[in-house]
Amino acid sequence: MYTEKVMDHFTNPRNVGEIENASGVGTVGNAKCGDIMRIYLDIDENQIIQDVKFKTFGCGAAVATSSMATELVKGKSIYEALQVTNKAVMEALDGLPPVKVHCSLLAEEAIHAALWDYAEKHDIKIEGLEKPKSDIHEGEEEEAEEY
Amino acid sequence: MTDCYKERKENEMEKKIIYLDNAATTKTKPEVVEAMLPYFTEKFGNPSSVYGFAAQNKEAVTEAREQIGKALNAPAQDIYFTAGGSEADNWALKAAMEAYKDKGNHLITTKIEHHAILHTCEYLEKQGFEVTYLDVDENGVVDLNQLKASIRPTTVLISVMYANNEIGTLQPIREIGAIAKEHGVLFHTDAVQAFGQLPIDVVAENIDMLSASGHKLNGPKGIGFLYIRKGLKLRSLIHGGGQERKRRAGTENVPGIVGFGKAVELAVAGMDAKMKQETELRDYLITRVLAEIPYTRLNGHRTNRLPNNANFSFQFIEGESLLIMLDMKGICASSGSACTSGSLDPSHVLLAIGLPHEIAHGSLRLTLSEETTKEEIDFTIEQLKAIVANLRNMSPLYEDFVKKQKK
Repeated sequence: MYTEKVMDHFTNPRNVGEIENASGVGTVGNAKCGDIMRIYLDIDENQIIQDVKFKTFGCGAAVATSSMATELVKGKSIYEALQVTNKAVMEALDGLPPVKVHCSLLAEEAIHAALWDYAEKHDIKIEGLEKPKSDIHEGEEEEAEEY
Repeated sequence: MTDCYKERKENEMEKKIIYLDNAATTKTKPEVVEAMLPYFTEKFGNPSSVYGFAAQNKEAVTEAREQIGKALNAPAQDIYFTAGGSEADNWALKAAMEAYKDKGNHLITTKIEHHAILHTCEYLEKQGFEVTYLDVDENGVVDLNQLKASIRPTTVLISVMYANNEIGTLQPIREIGAIAKEHGVLFHTDAVQAFGQLPIDVVAENIDMLSASGHKLNGPKGIGFLYIRKGLKLRSLIHGGGQERKRRAGTENVPGIVGFGKAVELAVAGMDAKMKQETELRDYLITRVLAEIPYTRLNGHRTNRLPNNANFSFQFIEGESLLIMLDMKGICASSGSACTSGSLDPSHVLLAIGLPHEIAHGSLRLTLSEETTKEEIDFTIEQLKAIVANLRNMSPLYEDFVKKQKK
């Protein structure tokens, strides 16, 4: 059900781990829905993301999107990182099954949460960054079931 | 196709499969297939036809019905063939509730039934029937006092599964049957997981209706039955010809029925040996996993469970990841994780036994067969240890837990 790229990033995830004294840390998702993603950013004085690490509790797609998202923001400026959307993550993975699209939203949200944490810690405002939602499944409508 | 992809595919082809998902379906035994084969190309007649050529098909169906009846201590004519377990469950509930409308509109079942029961109950509720869903304890066993207290003058039917498909827990069927009889309530059991694995006696256990499926006991897919005790005025499921005593019309699935009969004959003959062998291997698996993988719990009753079922929850990790990793090692297993079902909620069974969401998500079901070897189980345990450790390393929940411990 997964593409080769998803399987690759799931079985050999890039950038797994933690960063001590990270510039920004963001954790999103919740255990109820079965996926939690945490992203650590190491951002230098020029606002370039020097290093990025992640930890994820979730399905194969959740791990793969975390891994791909970290690859896409590494070495980028915080403004470039802000442009990494869930669509970009999905495209980089050659697509996700429809039921797993929320995983890519989670990856986007985790990066935003880490950037938000960085901005708060350094008392700066990042143009275009909104306070991340604590639960990305909020507002999602349940599919109507027919009997 | 890239070379790397090709190479992986080739490796997969060579890889030995360790099949530990026998609660999902089982291998059709070669003896069963052999028994079925003549009924496709040689003995293809319609059992309802008059001529001698077709009579042998009628006989074959009758023989299978007798084999199955014997296995349950039921008269052969009380066995009604269906296309499977879900059909039998649907039929039992809908038809009984409709037929006994004059008595009442209340049905009692449990929170851990298969969806073939639960979704039928939801449908019945929409039609105006009332349903009580009994709780289960931490092992997944229904509370008989709650059952007794739930019975109303309007209660028509109690439906409780014989053994749970996820956690393997067996229910006190004989006691439930006695309670139903005492209160003049019908008793149906979904025995899809238990039939052919455990001895069942519908008379001694006071079972009025019982559902079962062929492919769970090394028979073919697409065939099941509903046992309906003589005297129950159940509505017909399919109207048409006179097949299945007019209750389920349609030309019989003769090869399926013959295969089912053969599978039951083999299952009954080998039941004691199979139970003993599987139980030993299951207990070995459970003991080793609990001892060698920390922060792991066994779901379901420790001993009072299906001989071939083990269900674990590994804290801090998610089930689908675990399944894919196991698959890459050639191990076929199953999980109560939400991600495997496409919904966001984990298994209703694991939630009903009181597991918090994050632990329910990290569950793994391994179901053995009589062909499962100790070597396969040893290999699986070694792989599990490595995979669980690897996934925990990646888990923010585990990170938080470790940091908390250090404090």
